[in-house]
Amino acid sequence: MNDMIAESLASQPWLSLLTFLPVIGAFGIALRQMLAKRDAKGEIAADEQAQIDTVARNVAMLFTLGAFAVSVFIYVAFYDSSFAGYQLVEEATWLGGGVSYKMGVDGISILFVLLTTFIMPICIAASKSIEKRIPEYMIAFLIMETLILGVFCALDLIVFYLFFEGSLIPMFLIIGVWGSKGTKALGGVEMPSRVYAAVKFFLYTFLGSVLMLVAIVWMWRFAGTTDIPTLQATAFPAGAQKWLWLAFFASFAVKMPMWPVHTWLPDAHVQAPTAGSVILAAILLKMGGYGFLRFSLPMFPIASADFAPFIYALSIVAIVYTSLVALAQEDMKKLIAYSSVAHMGFVTMGIFTGTKQGIEGGLFQMLSHGFISGALFLCVGVLYDRIHTREISAYGGLVHRMPFYAFLFLFFTMGNVGLPGVSGFIGEFLTMAGAFKVNSWIAFFAAIGVILSAAYALRLYRQVMYGDLTKTKLLAIADVDAREGAMLFALLAFALVLGVYPKPALDVFAPSVDLLISNFSAALASVAGAP
Amino acid sequence: MSFSETLFWTIPELVLAVGGMALLIAGVFLGDRSSRLISTLSICLLLAALLVVVALQGGPAQNLFGGSFRIDAYSSFMKVLVLASAAFAILMSDKYLAGEQLGRFEYPVLIVLAALGMSLMVSANDLIALYMGVETQSLALYILAAFNRDSRRSTEAGLKYFVLGALSSCLLLYGASLVYGFTGTTQFDAIARAVSGEANIGVVIGLVFLISGLAFKVSAAPFHMWAPDVYEGAPTPVTAFFAAAPKLAAMAMFARALVTPFPEIVADWRPIIAVLSVASMAVGAFSAIAQSNIKRLMAYSSIGHMGFALIGLAAGDERGVGSVLIYMTIYVVMTIGAFACILLMRRRGGMTEAIDDLSGLTKTNMGLALILSILLFSLAGVPPTVGFFGKLFVFQAAVDAGLVWLAIVGAVLSVVSAFYYLRIIWLMWFNEPAPAFEREVGSRLGLTAAGSAALVFPIMLIFMGPLIAAARAAAASLF
Repeated sequence: MNDMIAESLASQPWLSLLTFLPVIGAFGIALRQMLAKRDAKGEIAADEQAQIDTVARNVAMLFTLGAFAVSVFIYVAFYDSSFAGYQLVEEATWLGGGVSYKMGVDGISILFVLLTTFIMPICIAASKSIEKRIPEYMIAFLIMETLILGVFCALDLIVFYLFFEGSLIPMFLIIGVWGSKGTKALGGVEMPSRVYAAVKFFLYTFLGSVLMLVAIVWMWRFAGTTDIPTLQATAFPAGAQKWLWLAFFASFAVKMPMWPVHTWLPDAHVQAPTAGSVILAAILLKMGGYGFLRFSLPMFPIASADFAPFIYALSIVAIVYTSLVALAQEDMKKLIAYSSVAHMGFVTMGIFTGTKQGIEGGLFQMLSHGFISGALFLCVGVLYDRIHTREISAYGGLVHRMPFYAFLFLFFTMGNVGLPGVSGFIGEFLTMAGAFKVNSWIAFFAAIGVILSAAYALRLYRQVMYGDLTKTKLLAIADVDAREGAMLFALLAFALVLGVYPKPALDVFAPSVDLLISNFSAALASVAGAP
Repeated sequence: MSFSETLFWTIPELVLAVGGMALLIAGVFLGDRSSRLISTLSICLLLAALLVVVALQGGPAQNLFGGSFRIDAYSSFMKVLVLASAAFAILMSDKYLAGEQLGRFEYPVLIVLAALGMSLMVSANDLIALYMGVETQSLALYILAAFNRDSRRSTEAGLKYFVLGALSSCLLLYGASLVYGFTGTTQFDAIARAVSGEANIGVVIGLVFLISGLAFKVSAAPFHMWAPDVYEGAPTPVTAFFAAAPKLAAMAMFARALVTPFPEIVADWRPIIAVLSVASMAVGAFSAIAQSNIKRLMAYSSIGHMGFALIGLAAGDERGVGSVLIYMTIYVVMTIGAFACILLMRRRGGMTEAIDDLSGLTKTNMGLALILSILLFSLAGVPPTVGFFGKLFVFQAAVDAGLVWLAIVGAVLSVVSAFYYLRIIWLMWFNEPAPAFEREVGSRLGLTAAGSAALVFPIMLIFMGPLIAAARAAAASLF
């Protein structure tokens, strides 16, 4: 009897429930705004609007926390981390002709689902300083969460593409509407730089993705379906794999972002509100790495092996060059944005080694970067909320006034550098170990990046935190309050625990990564064996 | 087939023709006071014809008048769309025409007669029948373009449309006569039998002229020059009508006139269509960027969309035509919605057409801004809106037919065209507000706009499966 209940519980569409839960909250907020009391002129009174704003904040918090609870429940109750294939699979007919609505998770995606639901409430909490158009803001974040969860859960290429591209829309609006002030001259026309950043973000990623769309269509025709597990088991001809791989690369390389198509990222980060930066760095970038692991490696193994040196080269350039660029930045957010590009370089390098250490290291690095870079952007947000500038030179000697903040910032700076004991170290170490197996020179150049990351991160820390407190504006600056402390501590806990004891996460990755590697090597062996 | 049977299958056209005449007579007797009544009756007439089309569909294909007209799943599918969008055109015009002192009873009657012409175009299975349909439609459209006869812009639009339309009709006729000269018949199936095997150069030249004439009608580049001026000059509800129903009918006719008579020489006409397609997408994408008038922008946007639809036609097979039908269905829903929004751009003192007037619309009228944003994202083909599926299926058809390059070009140009849709969206969301428009909660226009936005996302998204099945079945009846 109990078994039956358990079985019927497990067969419910949990992933769809989780994915679409935030949208329900968004609908609630929209409904409240629509039903607002209006005066004769059709305008909403200030106190009524204030009430709606509070409702919007609370509903958003409630639903993001709810989604987190549901995801943890799904993980604990139904997820079997010893099983390598897709779990919690649900399927419904949709377009016909091989396209259906299909969801499921495996060891590669489940932790990103959890990361997303974990980061989201933090983003909502970090949005306290947002003052205008709060209901719309909260709706955008809730829709964003649905779209991101959809990306990680989708088991059909068309469904994946819908969610993947759909996530551009809310991010575009978040950067453009709630981004920072300032203008930029472009071709003689003065335009707000947040608009420039938003449009650049949109068009860059859109261009990358439409090429992937054509590849998806080709694969659909070849295999007769867009079912991801089926496609992963399909052997595409070696000649076609090259083109398909490049098309997918165009999309994921922009998303990741890899050098030289990373230039949208610093703009987007600088202009986005704090929570937007957090979500961008912690989750959106991971969609690129996830895409490489879900599609490029399993579906086009031959092309992946062929293009691996190309990826290594781009990754090394990303690691070394963007680290050098980060050294020269005057803007804190830009510095962290460039350091993100460098850290993503480790991920791509690790993934395409095709070794267990490399791939697990890449996955771990993405996870850890989610906590650490998210936290660093929150740290910058803490300062920005108080002083309203991101210029490094505007700060100095903060340790005298903000000891608690100094400790937190130091911890995450060390995490960014990759100090042993913090999760950043594990990811960098594993990816370099993977790269070393392939070619020791790659690991050598990547190690230069580690040194450089110490240089720029410590420079940032020294200039902001140490020295004498000479700037008058900074004299009255307050230390982190309870809300900020709680957010940062939550992230610190994960970064620390995973840094000291990474096994739980690696154990979740392992079965799916093993399966991926065995399929990958089998595909390569079959080519090598052929005359 | 007996005469009474023939009449039975043409009931929709008879309803439109007889009803249109009756309304014209009624209008003459009742005068302009009756324009509202005539409008309502015209909508009823169109809906009645639509219901008959639905009731008659489902059987095997019927050849009428010695094979000149064909009633099949394809014609039924397109007629439903054409008649529905004509009805919406009348529905959306009322308020505007009354406001501009244009409330004359001829307006709805002209739309009914144009719908009759389109209905003939969709069913035409013979070059002469095709020409008859085109002319029936065009004569009504010329008058509609110049409907605001006291406005210089409107009369100019009408005249331009007439002159260029006559030119395109000439090309069409010339092509038709060449094809007739070399095959000895004007009936599509007979032409197909005559040109089987190797293509006669005379037929190919005739075909080129035929395609040029048809490309004029769908405003595909490089035969698009008339579209922006006519769109801008014609009264806005007329523009809304032009962008929807005639495009559907012309595209339907285009596909049938290529696929039924010339299936054997696909290799000859495919490159022409592919070039038209690329040119239209490029013109649509690049020229729209610099526009400041929203009606002109919509003209270029529709040129671009015709380019995308032509990708499917370039594929030239069953799946390709199916994708054209899916594309046109989605296109017409988006277009009607977008024009409903444009018609809602009304301030005290009249309509406005400047794109800049949409600045900060999210702050002054969130509902309208949201609806327009959804429609614009869909026009740009950004998932998860349904506009994406239109592009997806034409790309699929192109890839299936081995035209991967065309799909790639289309994909890249869709990014370029995304820019100008994004520009409107960022004006609405990011900029400081311009003076507010008049609020019209619950008006016909508002409901039309909201309804099409709801269709675009998410209703059609969920019911995509049945739509695809219907379009594929319709396309299958051509082959």
